[in-house]
Order: sequence, then C-alpha cells, then structure tokens
Amino acid sequence: MGKPVDGCVTPAQGPIQTSEPAAEMMQQPVKAVARMRARVGQEAPDFEASAYYQGGFKNIKLSDYRGKWVVLCFYPGDFTFV
Amino acid sequence: MAAVAAQADSLNKLGVQILSVSTDSRFTHKIWQEEELTKMLPGGFPYPMLSDQGGRIGTIYGVYEEAAGVDFRGWFIIDPDGKIQAMEILTPEVGREVKELIRQVQAYQHVRATGEVTPAGWMPGKTTLKPGPALVGKVWEVWKPGA
Repeated sequence: MGKPVDGCVTPAQGPIQTSEPAAEMMQQPVKAVARMRARVGQEAPDFEASAYYQGGFKNIKLSDYRGKWVVLCFYPGDFTFV
Repeated sequence: MAAVAAQADSLNKLGVQILSVSTDSRFTHKIWQEEELTKMLPGGFPYPMLSDQGGRIGTIYGVYEEAAGVDFRGWFIIDPDGKIQAMEILTPEVGREVKELIRQVQAYQHVRATGEVTPAGWMPGKTTLKPGPALVGKVWEVWKPGA
C-alpha cells in the first residue's frame, strides 16, 4: 500500500447540524427534507466536504476558515466554461 | 472557475479564501486540474475544490438543481465571523463577473473596517456615506447616482 494520504474510504459529513432538537424529530416520522438554510445576514451553514487540493485529497470544513473572508463558489460541473 | 482563478492575485491581496464546490467527485476534480486547468492557467486552479456529491451542501445553500443533479452557479461572501454578507445565484447558461465579486468584497471589507456604508456603484476610493440622523434627507449633498 502507498502512503495513506487519500481518505478514500472516509466519507465527509456534508451539512453539519449544530442543534437537532430530539422532540422535533419525534414529531416528524417522515424523513426530514433538507431545505435552504443560507440567508444573507445569517451565519453560513457549516459543512464538511471531501476536496482535492494541492495534489491530494482532504476533508474541508467551512468553520475551519473562521477569521477569514471566504467566498464559497458553486458551479455546475468540471469541464464546463461559462 | 477559470475566470475566478484568473483573478487569484486580486483575491489573495484581499485575503479572500476561495472554496469551489461542484457535484463532481474529488477524483474528477483531480483529472480536470491535471488534464485541463493546468494547461489553461499557470499552476492550475489554486484553491481547494470541494465535492458535493448528492447535492446536500448545495441544497442547504439553495443552489442544488435536482433535475440535473448539479449545483447552480452561485457565490456566497462569508465574513470573518462566519456570516453570509452577500449571495448571487445564476442558472448555468450565464457566467459570472468576477470583478463584481471583488468589488463587493472590497465594499464589505471597507464597511467592516470603518462603519461607513457604500452607495450604489461604489468603487474603492469613491465617496462613502456615514449613516446617522444628520444624513437623513441630505444624501444629495454628498452623493448623486453615478458619482
């Protein structure tokens, strides 16, 4: 085996729910549908994502960049140029 | 994303950390970087390329398009406190203007540093406004549209 730089089998957490009221969960037998939580003037929803950076793979958490200006830049897909 | 990378010097000077996100896997990001971006930009795309497979992150940011399974083009300016100050979301057919992103970051940084506010079309060096009772009804004295 090579050096274990690639966390191939380590899934990223995705969106991180800071508070999950248990009571609310009990009242919702249907699987909760994720909804838009990003609002201007509000705290950016935290998440962890797997990423490619500087030749390697790592998991990146938005909250690790607290103290810096961050621009989160979504785009439809690699190999597209509009 | 190449357009964003092309402005990396300006963004770095402002201390901005770019995080790009798409529904591609990190493996696809690697190949895109190695096979194409490095040939298009010196050094390739200089920022972390995040993977949002399944669109869970795009969903909470309101950019995930379920039918196509992709995240729409959207940027979110997040300040050092982790608060979203601005967002812009476009359907895929129209590209962004990165200079406008830079202008907005400069404006938010100025506001954060000074407590002043920036009027429409503000650019660094242009007139800012100091909000307060004295300014009410008197904006015309210090600023006009297009100034």
